[in-house]
Amino acid sequence: MTERPTFTLKGDTGDWEIVLGLEVHAQVSSNAKLFSGASTKFGAEPNQNVSLVDAAMPGMLPVINEFCVEQAVRTGLGLNAQINKVSRFDRKNYFYPDLPQGYQISQFEHPIVGEGVIEVDVEPAHGDPAYAFPVRIERLHLEQDAGKSIHDMDPGATYVDLNRSGVALMEIVSKPDIRTPLEAAAYVKKLKSIVVALGTCDGDMEKGNLRADVNVSVCKPGAYEKFREADDFGELGTRCEIKNMNSFRFIQAAIEFEARRQIEIIENGGTVDQETRLYDPDKGETRSMRSKEDAHDYRYFPDPDLLPLEIDDAFIESIRVNLPELPDQKRARFESDYGLSRYDAGVLTADAESADFYETVAKGRDPKLAANWVTQELFGYLNKAELDLSETPVSAVQLGGLIDLISGEVISGKIAKDVFQRMIDGEGDPADIVEKHGLKQVTDTGAIEAIIDEVIAANPEQAEAVKEKPKTMGWFVGQVMKASGGKANPQAVNKILREKLGL
Amino acid sequence: MSELTKLTLTGALEGLENGDFSAVELTQAFVDTIEASNQALNAYVVTTSDQALSMAADSDARRSAGKAGRLDGAPLGIKDLYCTKGVRTTACSNILGEFTPTYESTVTQNLWDEGAVMLGKLNMDEFAMGSSNETSRFGPPSNPWRRGSGNATLTAGGSSGGSATAVAADLCLAATASDTGGSIRQPAAFTGTVGIKPTYGRASRYGMVAFASSLDQAGPIAKTVTDAALLTEIMCSHDAKDSTSLNVETPDWLSHVDKGVKGMKIGVPKEYRVEGMPQEIEDLWQKGIEWLKAMGAEIVDVSLPHTKYALPAYYIVAPAEASSNLARYDGMRYGARVDGENLTGTYEGTRAGGFGAEVQRRLMIGTYVLSSGYYDAYYLRAQKVRTRILQDFETVYADVDALLTPTCPSAAFAYGEKTDDPVQMYLNDIFTVTANLAGLPGISVPAGVDNDGLPLGLQVIGKALDEATCFQVAGAIEEAAGFVAKPSKWW
Repeated sequence: MTERPTFTLKGDTGDWEIVLGLEVHAQVSSNAKLFSGASTKFGAEPNQNVSLVDAAMPGMLPVINEFCVEQAVRTGLGLNAQINKVSRFDRKNYFYPDLPQGYQISQFEHPIVGEGVIEVDVEPAHGDPAYAFPVRIERLHLEQDAGKSIHDMDPGATYVDLNRSGVALMEIVSKPDIRTPLEAAAYVKKLKSIVVALGTCDGDMEKGNLRADVNVSVCKPGAYEKFREADDFGELGTRCEIKNMNSFRFIQAAIEFEARRQIEIIENGGTVDQETRLYDPDKGETRSMRSKEDAHDYRYFPDPDLLPLEIDDAFIESIRVNLPELPDQKRARFESDYGLSRYDAGVLTADAESADFYETVAKGRDPKLAANWVTQELFGYLNKAELDLSETPVSAVQLGGLIDLISGEVISGKIAKDVFQRMIDGEGDPADIVEKHGLKQVTDTGAIEAIIDEVIAANPEQAEAVKEKPKTMGWFVGQVMKASGGKANPQAVNKILREKLGL
Repeated sequence: MSELTKLTLTGALEGLENGDFSAVELTQAFVDTIEASNQALNAYVVTTSDQALSMAADSDARRSAGKAGRLDGAPLGIKDLYCTKGVRTTACSNILGEFTPTYESTVTQNLWDEGAVMLGKLNMDEFAMGSSNETSRFGPPSNPWRRGSGNATLTAGGSSGGSATAVAADLCLAATASDTGGSIRQPAAFTGTVGIKPTYGRASRYGMVAFASSLDQAGPIAKTVTDAALLTEIMCSHDAKDSTSLNVETPDWLSHVDKGVKGMKIGVPKEYRVEGMPQEIEDLWQKGIEWLKAMGAEIVDVSLPHTKYALPAYYIVAPAEASSNLARYDGMRYGARVDGENLTGTYEGTRAGGFGAEVQRRLMIGTYVLSSGYYDAYYLRAQKVRTRILQDFETVYADVDALLTPTCPSAAFAYGEKTDDPVQMYLNDIFTVTANLAGLPGISVPAGVDNDGLPLGLQVIGKALDEATCFQVAGAIEEAAGFVAKPSKWW
């Protein structure tokens, strides 16, 4: 695996590095809320999914939804993290109209999931090859979502929709192990692939079901290594938290902007204020949301309406034995069983759909050839056409059929690309296309010999010259293939040419 | 008719079963008495006479069909802390405005399921914060008892002052109440009635307006220990809607009341002998000890060394939880609202206008002790004290079956006597808060009167989930004391 590249930003006073830690909020795939039986169905009319508990009516009490607890444990296991058998819910107190209770029930001191680590794959970019790096997970805890304040329906009023109020979220907190905007996006992608594979969150970022807060700070080269050695945050710069981003593109753009903003402040002799900021995608900049001085004193304390959450080994084990194959396990299997490169295996296991598609194509066929056709040709086409794999015009069975034609030497790789294009155009199964257009490879040596004889006879000087420079034989191969309409078997052409030219 | 209102709960249920009178007749008697007396006593803040009479009629029909429940036809008063469907519930706070729940608390539902009749909602300190019922938005009730030596209006205690007044003045057969630091037991002691706070988690808190979640517990105020046992049995239940509700069977407590104390070991904690406590209370306590001895119990001197820290710990934990529990009263979804220029202005106007002075004081204390930088010194320390207090009890309970103490350090006091000094007021709870902090059951039973003829109570604190012993000891004291005094009617 390739070494992790160093990422620096140039400033007036020299190079700067970025340090990033992420807090990802993943909505638990659950039909009911974390502490009430209200529905979580997306797209309901405002304030339809609201129980008496969600609206904080007097005397209403929270009751934990066991299904959500199970999903948190499941996710923790997927993050290779420690599952805490005793955890606790705390109240985070602040006033806001979309927070009916006046507090959010969260887990502050004793989260349900402790430390873990995941391997993150970064795709090739900016001339750097693909690489992987580890991110340490600090914790995962369960908490309630707030409702939604709508400020733009009426110039003089704010409307509140409590449908989201009380919906279960998993907050996954990373250690500051992420060093580039691309790595940050790759980390979120990895988390997404894990929770989607586990089925604990649908990963729908557009609906806000997976969103990230990014802590950004900058430092001079060398400082980060000192921080890691001494675990002393004093070595790092002051961080700003950019809230609530729900696209990989925004995450990267926001980090870039924020890092440069901080560098500029420091280089102009200023100091970075610790604050919470928002990214404005229209302007491409971050702006202050609230400063540290304005920060709430949340007055966390254990929620006296809830007992400590206790789970036992049997519960954890029952979840562990039912875990699906996770992206990393699948990638490792693809590497060992199919002999794929780590990168190709990673691409093919980024989501279950791709992996299943590939396995259908590769079954009983040359796995590397199958990987090439899926990642290069099919994914290449889908990317260009901006289509999802679910919208592919070429089914896995059809693509498998095409590979069979190549392996059976019915068509050459070159003709196969032509057939593939026709498959995209909707001409149907590859065998039918080959038949219909007469694309079958010519393996009849007599027929090939005849073409070769013609080509040599038409080019006597080249036939002489190639004896001096055998490497130019390729020109003859090209001429013969051209004359055969691309259908001549390339191996046969090579062999006969050699004989005829006396090489 | 007014003779009917003087019946005990069990006596009335017998009369109904024997057909001596109907539930409608019984209920009408209470409706009439309330109408005649409530202006003077201010026990009820809402009366539901029509509903009561219709519930009574239904009850009579059930009884004649042979389908009577255990409380069928019994007219009860409900503390305004319990959410009652379709009946205004404000916890006697302005901030709840005219709030009328669309739901019923589990405890009251349990009563209606057994056929009880609701007479109305009873006065209380605002959000149950107070020991004299003076913080009620509706003004305090008047204790039916007066000193022999004067006509000063006395407090019926708090926060369940309305419940205690209504029971003592025969404005209901019995009443629901709630106890966070003594709010059942102290008013019971001040009015010559019986009040029990069961083990924390015995009764569901679902639908009870919260004050301090880890301390709040439902219980009854009744005329006799037997009545209290019956009502407690029905109020308590496991409830999946309250995560702190205990998943345990509710025992047959009624059968324990008459069992006596022979062979029991009763502890007398020396720390409850506080400075400045009136001699009469000291004497009554001694009397209680003698009665139990005479009935065959063994008296053991015990020590609960952390008792002196209980009150300060209580006045940190309870306000802390309250400051968070009461955050929902923000004028946004229900209750009273005072519009300001902006959101903060609306919050400030609503909460400054809606909460009374004592509630505001406790919300500020609670907010302060939870603040970053103070949390460890106050809240966390108070929780540690709480653990020590529980350990004190566990240690002595290895040796004794229950503890006997006075319920309060004084008899009922006159209005205005303690309101100027919150700390003096808080000292009222000194013997009762320990049971809340440790989650233990505690019962107050009337045992005598002071020199002014005012009732005084003795408290029995039991082991966790051992209400049975509390009822047994209280029943024995009730029998020995032969407390039959009633307030002379002045209203």
